[in-house]
Amino acid sequence: MALAQADVLAGLKEIVEEVAGIPAASIELDKNFTEDLEVDSLSMVEVVVACEERFGVKIPDEKVTDLVTVGDAVDFIVNASK
Amino acid sequence: MSQRRVVVTGLGATTPLGGDVDSTWKALLAGQSGVRLLTDDWREMLPVHFAARVATEPADQMERIEMRRLDRSEQFALIASREAWKDAGSPDELDKERLGVVIASGIGGVITLMDQFNILNEKGARSVSPHTVPMLMPNGPAANVGLEFQAKAGVHTPVSACASGAEAIGYAFEMIKNNRADVVISGGVEAACHQLPMAAFAAMKALSTRNDDPARASRPYDRDRDGFVLGEGGGIVVLEEYEHAKARGAKIYCEISGQGLTSDGYHIAAPDPEGSGVQRAIKFALANAGLSAKDIVHLNAHATSTPAGDVAEANALRKALGSDADHVAVSATKSMTGHLLGGAGAIESVFLVKALQDRLAPPTINIENLDPAVTVDVVRDKPRALPAGDIAALNDSFGFGGHNVVLVFNSL
Repeated sequence: MALAQADVLAGLKEIVEEVAGIPAASIELDKNFTEDLEVDSLSMVEVVVACEERFGVKIPDEKVTDLVTVGDAVDFIVNASK
Repeated sequence: MSQRRVVVTGLGATTPLGGDVDSTWKALLAGQSGVRLLTDDWREMLPVHFAARVATEPADQMERIEMRRLDRSEQFALIASREAWKDAGSPDELDKERLGVVIASGIGGVITLMDQFNILNEKGARSVSPHTVPMLMPNGPAANVGLEFQAKAGVHTPVSACASGAEAIGYAFEMIKNNRADVVISGGVEAACHQLPMAAFAAMKALSTRNDDPARASRPYDRDRDGFVLGEGGGIVVLEEYEHAKARGAKIYCEISGQGLTSDGYHIAAPDPEGSGVQRAIKFALANAGLSAKDIVHLNAHATSTPAGDVAEANALRKALGSDADHVAVSATKSMTGHLLGGAGAIESVFLVKALQDRLAPPTINIENLDPAVTVDVVRDKPRALPAGDIAALNDSFGFGGHNVVLVFNSL
């Protein structure tokens, strides 16, 4: 069964806060990981692996560069869970 | 170009005796031990159940998010460097192309290495942290401090086991002498209180096994010493070109005026009982500083509390300094801090600078019966006043591999 967008966003907020120290309240769908949230390339690897564990999906390395905003990541995870 | 002189303008430390220089120095003068029983379950696997962990956990001194991408050794380096930089008056306006960093570690990020190896085995390659390499590389402490202060004159990490911290300060001294930099943040750190390095040192029979009395286990020069006590933490000194320091009105502690470096070519781990490499290092250091043995009033000894090492060092001191050794107050501060490996020469340099400032040689504790083979004047139990006037002091450090480093500091 597909995950709900709201649940994925909530989980992603926790992961980004844990990994990059960004307050969950400032993490929104339109935020850019590198420019707005200052998640660097190493931290992005941590975010991806944590998402895979938490949501039980696979995020192939070649797709990671497409995940520019928080919304991109949420959409990818929701679709991958279908 | 006139001869450039190098002075100390800032100090920082996090040690088994305190989370900064002041608390550490007070505890040191009071003769306190930083050695305690380990509380980790794994201690039962080992023949040694104690170590000297830092008195203040990094979690009390830095943010969680910063800590999680730093090895413990890197955390120590940043904590001590921030204190030292502030102590130097936070000279942030300095030309960063004239700012260097030389910070050593004897082992590097061994706790990170072991933690990530366990993750690899338990969860697979994809779960290994992408921060692993910057955390385990031995130059990580120096590199992180270089980033923090935007140092662009060069960031370096000499590695010579337990001589590393002293070698780093000597390298920093040369960077300023040779006009590569005006200010260098230098020192050493170590974070190896972990079951693997402890088991490995124990396998060499290098560690004390006095499990029933940890606080009295580190006993340099005592007849019944049975090995060193592993410590962790680090020390940082900010070195600065003398005219540069005067021009900005910096507080100047003292001068670092020379260093001597030699190698034994004798054995991979045992000290040369003749101590000829140590003697030569002392002579080179004095010549480099333009001083003679009669100028030296204090020495912070390497003296780790191993049966062979302490006597070999004392013999070498006696031979190198001759009758002038009679007026050298010798302090073995590892009796209180334990042995910080790559951090040892650095915190002991911090202690030497404080000793020159306060005119007090710190005590050596736990000597119940002075080994009769020790023929130098050891400061026991209580601090000893150093003379007024122009004085100079030595810090010697030796490392597995036969590395000998001697630094000379003098009052200004």
